[in-house]
Order: sequence, then structure tokens, then C-alpha cells
Amino acid sequence: MDTNKNLYTILYATGMVVIVAVVLAFAASLLKERQQRNVEIERKQLILRSVHLGAEASSVKDKDSYIEQEYARYITDSSISESGKDFVIYISSGGGKQQSGEPASGRYYIIPLRGVGLWGPVWGYISLADDFNSVYGATFDHKSETPGLGAEISTNAFAKQFENKKIFDAQGDYVSIQVVKGGAKEGNDHQVDAISGGTITSKAVEEMLYKNIKEYMNFFAANLRASKERERMQIEREAAEAVAAEAAAKAAADSVAKVEQQLRYRAYLQRQKEQEQRDSSQNN
Amino acid sequence: MNNKKIFIEPLFRNNPVTVLVLGICSALAVTVKLEPALVMALSVTIVMGFSNVIISLIRNTIPNRIRIIVQLVVVAMLVILVDQVLKAYAYEVSKQLSVFVGLIITNCIIMGRIEAFALANKPIPSLIDGLGNGLGYGIILVVVAFFRELFGSGTLLGYQIIPNALYIKNGGFYENNGLFILPPMALILVGLFIWVQRSVTKELIEKK
Repeated sequence: MDTNKNLYTILYATGMVVIVAVVLAFAASLLKERQQRNVEIERKQLILRSVHLGAEASSVKDKDSYIEQEYARYITDSSISESGKDFVIYISSGGGKQQSGEPASGRYYIIPLRGVGLWGPVWGYISLADDFNSVYGATFDHKSETPGLGAEISTNAFAKQFENKKIFDAQGDYVSIQVVKGGAKEGNDHQVDAISGGTITSKAVEEMLYKNIKEYMNFFAANLRASKERERMQIEREAAEAVAAEAAAKAAADSVAKVEQQLRYRAYLQRQKEQEQRDSSQNN
Repeated sequence: MNNKKIFIEPLFRNNPVTVLVLGICSALAVTVKLEPALVMALSVTIVMGFSNVIISLIRNTIPNRIRIIVQLVVVAMLVILVDQVLKAYAYEVSKQLSVFVGLIITNCIIMGRIEAFALANKPIPSLIDGLGNGLGYGIILVVVAFFRELFGSGTLLGYQIIPNALYIKNGGFYENNGLFILPPMALILVGLFIWVQRSVTKELIEKK
């Protein structure tokens, strides 16, 4: 057969492309469900990790259902609508042990982060304590940053640095957290070390944090007002209770004093009586 | 050439990276850490084995004028399949490799072996040639990645090898060498490897 004829070449190319297309389409539709599930599990695990939960994922037998269970147990998805835009925030009803510190309890607010890295998207989650200022934990991930360089943002060592950092400065201004090339200053609450050799990715993380957290300012303010209000009411209630308690204590003290007075008076009468008896016996 | 020789040759004596100087680009990119280097070596070996077999099977039907396109389509299909399967069944690994899976398509070794071997040989020797060249490529990747991860990050496969106490920040004297993380060091290491190989195998040295 002459394989160099034009007709043969065209038919061959067409047939090949059709076969390859069928094979790929078949594979894609066959694997799609599993792939999507992997992505979903991955997302949930990242969210859990930002509040230090789901730590046993690598040791349990069925990782997928473990993650699903933990997620369902702790995390509530909620969304905020604001001037026509929707923001997602995840609320965790508990937290695991921090890498550098105490185990924790209480509510944590997890903010999803999206940014642009060197080769592709970077993303992550950062969890804030209910003062909306101190960071409880953070996780980062990336699509295609360079291994050993930018890809290091997904390591625990990098994420650990964010624990207990503050996103507002002492004056209450929003400063986010800087990723500093050449090392963060010791004791600075708003800086973490950048990845050496991964400057662009580090900058991407910094920008992602700044932009994404900024969107939630109104939400923070509203929540802080609400919690301040609750706090104020709590203080008032406590004050009222204190006043009442003081009054009760005073009353109790008064009655004790009265009893003491009576006792003293009775003792005095007794002594007087004894004196009289002694006097009369001497006279006799 | 017997099958054993076909398999052994590309591992050292006729190594695709150090002797033929093919596939350098991906050797620079994936060798910062040992783990992606291992997975990359495995993926390339699998893709190369299959593509050699497929091309060898259809070698007599391929129209000569579009043979490069046919080869590319076959390799691309295999790479996409590998990528899809990894995403479904080894999600962690596929995340490790990320962009580099796509790079397999452009790996000159694969096209080189198809052109040079599979187009002219039967399927079984072609398979062996593909696997041998994949492993030859993998050996270089692993050796380079070993040194780059050890000296660049102080770890191997993610485990700390150089004791933490030796680092300057913990009061010691040692610091990771930043040059090992950057791509030029891969070239230097490959160059050193070629040097060693040429002084061991004298017949590789060109006559003046």
C-alpha cells in the first residue's frame, strides 16, 4: 500500500484524531467523578487544617470519610451579602491544637483566600479568633509553583509562622500580614519570613492576604459591634448583680452586727448579774 | 542488538541526558526535590514505553509526511491519560508534578526515541528501549535531585537529614546553599556527571 498518497494521509490523520478524541473523552468522563471528589476533599482538608483540625487524616484508614465527618462536625459555611457581592466565610465551632501553642476552644472565622502566583493560582484559608484580629492558623496551596521554591508555601513550616499574628496594628488600622524577604523582624506581629528563591510567590501570598481579608472589614466591624454590645450588656448585668450582691451582703452584715450586739448585751447583762451576786455574797 | 543490550546501553554508556544531551529542560525543572524527580522519572518511563510500543505497532501505516504529527498526537494522548489517572487515583502525586506532567510531551527523549528506534523496530525491542531510556533519564534526575535537595534544603524526600542543631539560626555553623535550589546548579551537576562519565568511559571522548 502506498502510504504517501494525499488521500491516504488525510484519511489517516482524520481517523487518528477521532480515535484519540474518543479515548480521551471516555477516560475523562470515566474519571471525572473521582477527580472532583478529590478536589472537594482537598478543599475541606485545607479548611480544617486552617483551624488545626483533621490532623489524623494521614493515619486513618478511610481518609475521605474522616475528612467529611470532621468537616460536617465543626465547619459551617455561611455567606455574607454586601453591596451586591457575596462573600463566603466558614465558621468553625472548635479548633485543634496549634503547632506552636495551646489547644483552643471557641469560635473561629475562616476566610478563603485567592491569589495569583508565579505560574498559576495560589489559594489558602486563614482563620481568625473572634476578636477578628489575631490569626489562629493558616493554610496555603498552589496549582503550579516551582517545587522547592514557591511551592514551599504549602508546607506547615510556612503556615506555622502565621499563628498568633495580628492583622490590625496598635492604632486599630488594617495592616494585614507582610511576607518579608530577608526575614521578619523578631517579635513583629505583622510580618512573616518569605520563601528564599520564591519571592514572587511570597509577594503573591502577601497581596492575596491583604486583598481578601480587606473584603471582610465591614463584616468584622459589624460583628465586633455586636460582640461589644454583648460585652457591654454583660458588664451592665454584672454591675447590677454586683450592686444587688453588695446590698445583700450589707444586709447580711447588718444582721450579723445586730446579733453580735445582742450577744454582747447579753454577755454584759450576765456579767452584771454575776457582779451583783458576788457583791451580795460579800455583803453577807 | 539483543534485548539486554538495548536495555543496558541507555542507562550509562549511551545515557539520553549525559551523552545525547536530551531532556535537559525538564531535568532542570523537577530536580529541586527528590520526590517530584522520582515521580517524573516514573511517568516519563511509562509514557516512553507505551509510546514506543504504539508507534512501533503502527510504524508501517504512518504516512511519512505527517509522521512527526502522528508521534506528537500519540505522546500527547498518553500524557493526558497519565495526568487524568494520577488526578483520580494519586491526587497528592499529581499535585506534586503539576505543570511537569505537561512537560513530558515536550521531552525530546520521547520524540527522539520514537524517531530513532520505534519507527524502525518491532514492538518488544521498542518497549525495552523506551523503558531503558526512561530509566537512564530517571537515574540522572534522581542523582541531581539527591544533591540539590540535600544541600539546598537539608532534606531528602522531605525528611530532615542535616541535624537542625547545626544551623546558624539554632546556634550552629551550617546554612543551606541557596545556589542548589536555583536552576543553574542542575546544569553544573549534570556537567560534573558528564565529566565523571567521560573519564570512566574513555571511548566517549571525541577524537580531535
